[in-house]
Amino acid sequence: MCRIGAIKSKIPVHPSKALHLMLPQQEGHDNSGFAMVMQDLYGTFSDYKDKPLLSMACTQKGNQLVEEYMDSHNFVQLAEWIPIPNKQPGLDIQAMPYYIFRNYDFPEHYNELSDKEKQDMLLDTRLALRKILEDSGQGYVYSFWPDVLTLKEIGDPRDIATYFHLWEDSGCLLAKNIVVQCRQNTNYDIVRYAAHPFFLQGYTLCANGENTFYTKNKEFQKSLHRGYIGFESDSQCFLYTLHYVLHELKWPINYYKHVITPLSFEEIEEREDKDVLKAIRQSLAHLEINGPNTIIATLPDNCMITCCDSKKLRPVVLGQDENIVAISSEVCGLNEIMPDRNKENDIYPNEREVIVIDDELEVQRWKQ
Amino acid sequence: MEAVRTQDVSVNDLAWKIEYHAERCTMCGSCVAACSFKAIKVEVQRQSIVVSTDNQPKPERRQIARPIIKQKASLTDFCRGCGICEKICPNNAIRPIRNIDNRQKLLSKDSGPIKRGGRTNLNAQRTLDSIVVGRISQMTDPSLDAARHTFDIRAPFGRVLSPKELPFKLENGKMVMAHKAPPVNWIYPLIFSDMSIGALSTRAWEAVALACAYLNEKCGLPVRMSSGEGGMPVKLMESDYLKYFILQIASGHFGWNRIIKAIPNMKVDPAGILIKIGQGAKPGDGGLLPAAKVAEHVQAIRGVPKATLSSPPNHQGLYSIEESVQKMHLSLNAAFGFRVPVAIKCAASSTSVSVYNNLLRDPYKICGGFFLDCIQGGTGAANEVSLDHTGHPVVSKIRDCYQAAVKQGLQGQIPLYGGGGIGLTGDAAADAFKMICLGANGVFVGKVLIQLLGCVGNEQGRCNSCNTGKCPMGICTQDPRLVKRLDVDKGAQKIVDYVLTFDTELKKFMAPIGNSSLPVGRSDALVSTDKAVADKLGIQYVC
Repeated sequence: MCRIGAIKSKIPVHPSKALHLMLPQQEGHDNSGFAMVMQDLYGTFSDYKDKPLLSMACTQKGNQLVEEYMDSHNFVQLAEWIPIPNKQPGLDIQAMPYYIFRNYDFPEHYNELSDKEKQDMLLDTRLALRKILEDSGQGYVYSFWPDVLTLKEIGDPRDIATYFHLWEDSGCLLAKNIVVQCRQNTNYDIVRYAAHPFFLQGYTLCANGENTFYTKNKEFQKSLHRGYIGFESDSQCFLYTLHYVLHELKWPINYYKHVITPLSFEEIEEREDKDVLKAIRQSLAHLEINGPNTIIATLPDNCMITCCDSKKLRPVVLGQDENIVAISSEVCGLNEIMPDRNKENDIYPNEREVIVIDDELEVQRWKQ
Repeated sequence: MEAVRTQDVSVNDLAWKIEYHAERCTMCGSCVAACSFKAIKVEVQRQSIVVSTDNQPKPERRQIARPIIKQKASLTDFCRGCGICEKICPNNAIRPIRNIDNRQKLLSKDSGPIKRGGRTNLNAQRTLDSIVVGRISQMTDPSLDAARHTFDIRAPFGRVLSPKELPFKLENGKMVMAHKAPPVNWIYPLIFSDMSIGALSTRAWEAVALACAYLNEKCGLPVRMSSGEGGMPVKLMESDYLKYFILQIASGHFGWNRIIKAIPNMKVDPAGILIKIGQGAKPGDGGLLPAAKVAEHVQAIRGVPKATLSSPPNHQGLYSIEESVQKMHLSLNAAFGFRVPVAIKCAASSTSVSVYNNLLRDPYKICGGFFLDCIQGGTGAANEVSLDHTGHPVVSKIRDCYQAAVKQGLQGQIPLYGGGGIGLTGDAAADAFKMICLGANGVFVGKVLIQLLGCVGNEQGRCNSCNTGKCPMGICTQDPRLVKRLDVDKGAQKIVDYVLTFDTELKKFMAPIGNSSLPVGRSDALVSTDKAVADKLGIQYVC
């Protein structure tokens, strides 16, 4: 079972905080990787918050291919952080040769584009880079978006952290939002793209669970948007649905849960908004998830959300103090990083609940 | 000694032979009276027997004349194997047995093509039985508890819009409908298929209708029943129960005069309209109601004289799919104020995907369901060659249609219903579940229902005499003497019990794959032990 976690903080925090949140939750052999998405960055990247940041793992050749593409498309490199790894012997990590985090300035014609066109251009660039690296077998590109950094690797999370010096807070890698997960896919092929959190156009999501409607979701999503690709993990479907509902259909966040875990017809009939809910259930029947799940996601406006499947088969808990809200599959993670919080304020969302945390750490919760 | 003529028909030429035990027979005559086909008769036979009547054995040969029951050697009054004689005989003295060496089919074509009812006897292959629900939830995603979890077993009937077409507008952060969307009813995924008053006896139709109403009113299962092409009783149309019925219009338009006249007096809307374009059992043929079954009440409902009623093979005036959308769909939608979904039923065919594609692309968004009826579907009357040699299996066709929709991202927009042979082995829930995983939204059944009422017809040539008006079970006949054999309440109860078990069994399939709502298109839940089937359907091959 994947353990998932997220931290939202008023004060920028270091990834080690996320590691401390996650490691107590380890059960048996399930800590097989480390993946995180950081959003609203500080430290090295704080001067370039409005410039797209490319996160990738690649070979030297891969880097060369990416540079060629970016040059030919008039992206200008602004800043770069290439972690110098700690290659001490005995670390359990299947490392790629290079991990590159690079800010670019937009091409000149960028200013003439609408917001949507800008977003689409960033997506298309990432997809093109992914294709180049995939075809050549030279690496992986995880995100290309302003103020968002993604790191994924296979191995023991402790060792991965050692490798990337994540235990030491040098002040260069900080963010107000971190979504994290410590497991590579141990059920199917080990593929770097299969590790959540997943990212698409400002939306980040990780999930703990099984998507038993994976085939249905995938078949439908493939035709909905060119960015809905890969499907290396059944959890990617949750991200694509989140993106589709909020970004494509432009529906309020309240309706996301109505799509993924719709009310039963009996319950819908008793609702004032039954026409709308029924129409959603009809038209988006193929985006329903039907299995044990917990979802944690970050939205483009930095809001963080969490919700569960409709049978509450997977756990999640939210703890908070005045500067931090943390979400975790298991409460032991919260106890590790926030031992002094008022535990009475912990929230265990129910099967119909959605929780949204904004930048002021105000926690909203409602039943779908 | 009588001369033997080669061309004489003998009992041994017939498909069924009567096995008669004279020593057990009490001469009550029940079998002869009960045989609606007049296939047996009472005859006096000269017999040579040895008797001894003294105190001491004193055998004596006597020639006596003795009444016996004898099968007719006739190609018109022949035994259909229905077994009503055996059923009624108090002494187990008589029963039909299958005669595998018969020549009946060969000999029966003197007066034109053989006509009969029932299902195909040749193409009753069971693709569905080579498919197994093989993806069982274990450990990481737990199976559900079929007895304790709640399951949402509903299927859409009506045109579903793509999400971007939904007429939503935002008001104070909430979405509301800006205008009406096409009507969609969420119904139980098992539809009682179209069997008309006329094809069925009034009692049989009433039993099915009663079961349908009971399942809705008392059991909470929104099962819908199609009227069949032949109209409905006016009182029923003007009652609250109309909401459980799907009115069918076929190429003969039988019954629609009354339906249209009843529209102003309808208190509730019907559940839907089903345009019958074709029938799986006899594709390319229109409906056929032999004159023998056109009783007075059938004449009244349909507004016809006593004559064989042959519906044309096509809806007259419709030359294309687009035209059917323009004319029939629109006018029927308009007739009910665009509140009632209008669906279409076609015989499965190698062209079904083209029709489905066309309907999916219809800009009016007006087709509310695509019913595919396959070669294993039943009928009240058809040419035997049609039944046995024309048609198309439904399993791959439903899958093809679903995948065609998937390719365009339009899956679910016109609900798919598959029928014909569903429940052929008795496990309709298993068939339905597999069809749903392959992409159907639901299934429709007809033959199973009349089998529950007492029909003994099967795919091995038993009975299948629905066309004769002599149905021994009182189901497919209008002969009052025969109709009285059918107990409406008991018949309805059998159907209700079967559907309730169907519901429980459906949950028994949903629970192990961990789904509480119908897994429409969840083909990964299925595996096949037949490589060709697996390849065709795009599911895992296992052995």
